[in-house]
Amino acid sequence: MKTVPSPYQFKGGVHPEYCKELSNTCSIEKINVPAILTVPMSQHLGAPAKPCVAVGDTVRKGSLIGEQNGFISAPVHSPSCGTVKAVTQSQSASGRLCPAIVIECSDSDETEFMQPIAEWRNVNKDTLRTRIGEAGVVGMGGAGFPTRVKLSPPSDKPIDTIILNGAECEPYLTSDHQVMLEHADKIRIGAEIIKYILGAKTVRIAIEDNKSDAIQAMEKAFADINHGTAINVLPTSYPQGSEKQQIYNVTGREVPRGGLPMDVGCVVENVSTTLAIYDAVINGHPLTERVITITGEAVTRPANLLAPFGTSYRDLIEVCGGLKQQAAKVISGGPMMGFAVSSLDIPTGKTTSGVVLLPHNRTKQFTSQACIACGRCVDACPMGLIPSELSQFIEADDIENAEQIALMDCIECGSCAFVCPAHRPLVQHMRRAKAVVMARRAAARAQA
Amino acid sequence: MKQEIATEKYIVSSSPHAHIGSSVERIMLDVLIALTPAFAAACYFFGLSALRLTAVCVTSCVLTEWVCRVMMRRANTISDLSAAVTGLLLALNLPPSLPTWMAVTGSIFAIGISKQIFGGLGYNVFNPALAARAFMLISFTGAMTTWSGAEWATTLARGAVDATSNATPLGLIKEALKAGAVLPEFGANTVMRLFTGNINGCIGETSALALLIGAGWLLYRKVITWHIPFAYIATVLIYASIAYIVNPQTAVMPHIHLLSGGLIIGAFFMATDMVTSPVTKRGMLIFGVGCGLVTMVIRTVKTGAYPEGVSFAILFMNAITPLINRGCRNKVFGTKS
Repeated sequence: MKTVPSPYQFKGGVHPEYCKELSNTCSIEKINVPAILTVPMSQHLGAPAKPCVAVGDTVRKGSLIGEQNGFISAPVHSPSCGTVKAVTQSQSASGRLCPAIVIECSDSDETEFMQPIAEWRNVNKDTLRTRIGEAGVVGMGGAGFPTRVKLSPPSDKPIDTIILNGAECEPYLTSDHQVMLEHADKIRIGAEIIKYILGAKTVRIAIEDNKSDAIQAMEKAFADINHGTAINVLPTSYPQGSEKQQIYNVTGREVPRGGLPMDVGCVVENVSTTLAIYDAVINGHPLTERVITITGEAVTRPANLLAPFGTSYRDLIEVCGGLKQQAAKVISGGPMMGFAVSSLDIPTGKTTSGVVLLPHNRTKQFTSQACIACGRCVDACPMGLIPSELSQFIEADDIENAEQIALMDCIECGSCAFVCPAHRPLVQHMRRAKAVVMARRAAARAQA
Repeated sequence: MKQEIATEKYIVSSSPHAHIGSSVERIMLDVLIALTPAFAAACYFFGLSALRLTAVCVTSCVLTEWVCRVMMRRANTISDLSAAVTGLLLALNLPPSLPTWMAVTGSIFAIGISKQIFGGLGYNVFNPALAARAFMLISFTGAMTTWSGAEWATTLARGAVDATSNATPLGLIKEALKAGAVLPEFGANTVMRLFTGNINGCIGETSALALLIGAGWLLYRKVITWHIPFAYIATVLIYASIAYIVNPQTAVMPHIHLLSGGLIIGAFFMATDMVTSPVTKRGMLIFGVGCGLVTMVIRTVKTGAYPEGVSFAILFMNAITPLINRGCRNKVFGTKS
């Protein structure tokens, strides 16, 4: 196994202040299960899971509480023993309401796990896919796309390369970093399972060069694999963790517009997802907890916490010794793509990689000015778009023209708005216009 | 002091929640800083007239901006410093002897007509300072081409270039071309004067040295990139070299073109105006080459009225910037190049 710089580098990108030193030396801490868990049924992309327990039911750790509800969906399991107190609605980080199951946790440590599949090389690939699906594994990098679907490409899309995404390019977040440090061996087995399922030949591990200890840990774990595997060290910049950009950096292939990684023979899995795959197959554990970075200048003691899903941000912050100064902004996820939330009572889920609490002096509210056509957003855009022109079309409500100049290719990474000297809310413009286009397309489909 | 976690008043806004810290004001401040050496050189070589013109132009530009915004009932924008930049650039592009009332008229045109009527900063098609200069060149042709401002400065310059007139170097060349006469010789001494700025011309355009120091600041602060100035100057040099090689009798050496007629201030400070130049690097290169070609055509056409050409070249390219932007979009990721 060799460690080499990534052979390609996408155009664009930015260098935000990383602020990872707040938590990048904090080992993973398993928290005590809180008294109440509010487990959302929508922790993934696609249809929310269908609650399959009733108020008063007793559940064990790993019990199915929400059934997969459609092809693009994932089941949800109880993260703890306890009693179902309510089947209700909860607010998600994005502000939407979704069904949720409130569990009053008990001290019992009874579990309801699945049968471990130790000899996974001897079982059918579909059995493994089913297992990963039944364990509720979804992409933990942020999108929450069901992993079972990702691992089931159609037969005309052969996959030759698997990329383990350990870039963690979002400022402040260090959960993937710690997972790589502490669970490199398990990630390796998870990667081999993915490789086996997809019949891929090569594995590339993509890590930014600001995480040298994680690179070493992964080197050690993968040391005895002689061919087909390499660590690709990415220069530290944002958005190295973006799927399309990472595939390009590692393989030089560009995912075609509107296409998927499988169109260029690649599957990208986040390192935490890979760990979840290991747990699902080898231990039979459904996905019920993850490592979450609680950080930001307002937090007394930043930490990387292993917390069951459904824990409220408030509980997590209390574990971290509370706040040392008033938080002005609470971000679910990182500051570049995360959601600013209005309440600390929002529960964590499969895609909650971190909660960043920023004090007043780390947040700024801007007034949008006219575009001065400086072109900095053009240089920053990793997709080759012209954000300045797009946002001017969108301001004029000319969505058609915006669509003509590749509006829908925007990945909402925020690089453009990050550099804009006129403080234009460029990503907000793109999101609004993309939503309009999606609604129009859906309406057109409904009519046809 | 431990804060109460329960406070539930958080700022909710769309991502990203981080910003690089740049601002329009900071960009304009950098341009002002970058123009300081040229302003200092102008004061040194042209004395009080440089100070007078600069004070008049900056004050009237900022005042015009303020009045326009009040009349338009829009948020006031004088604090973004763009009006001050326009005023300073306009002043540096005026001959030293220009009457004050003309400078005021030009400033009102720059901000009122070529900027605020279009909607203010960001919406203007033409570089306001250059549009005003073109307007003044047409309206006050005599005063705008009289180069006898600061007495001591012209005295210094006299004898080196020309003992009988106060024309600029390019003005002399144009006259000679029109008359079919032998072109004036430019010795090493003159070239040095062109470089330092001790020569006739607009107050801020003569000192290549001072302008290059400022250009260095703009590049260092990443307010501009090399693309437009490089393409512009390279085109001028290549064009001038070819013209000189083809017929040395009717062409001057390329470095005279480089150092005179406001090319340096034009290439680094005027053509790079963000609002009126393309947004992509490829577009910037095309823009720069276009500026260079138009400049040289104006300079070398015998029958042409204007000896220098930088202003009109940039204004012409300003006009076609939207077309360049449309034709020079970047390759979208995932498309075939």
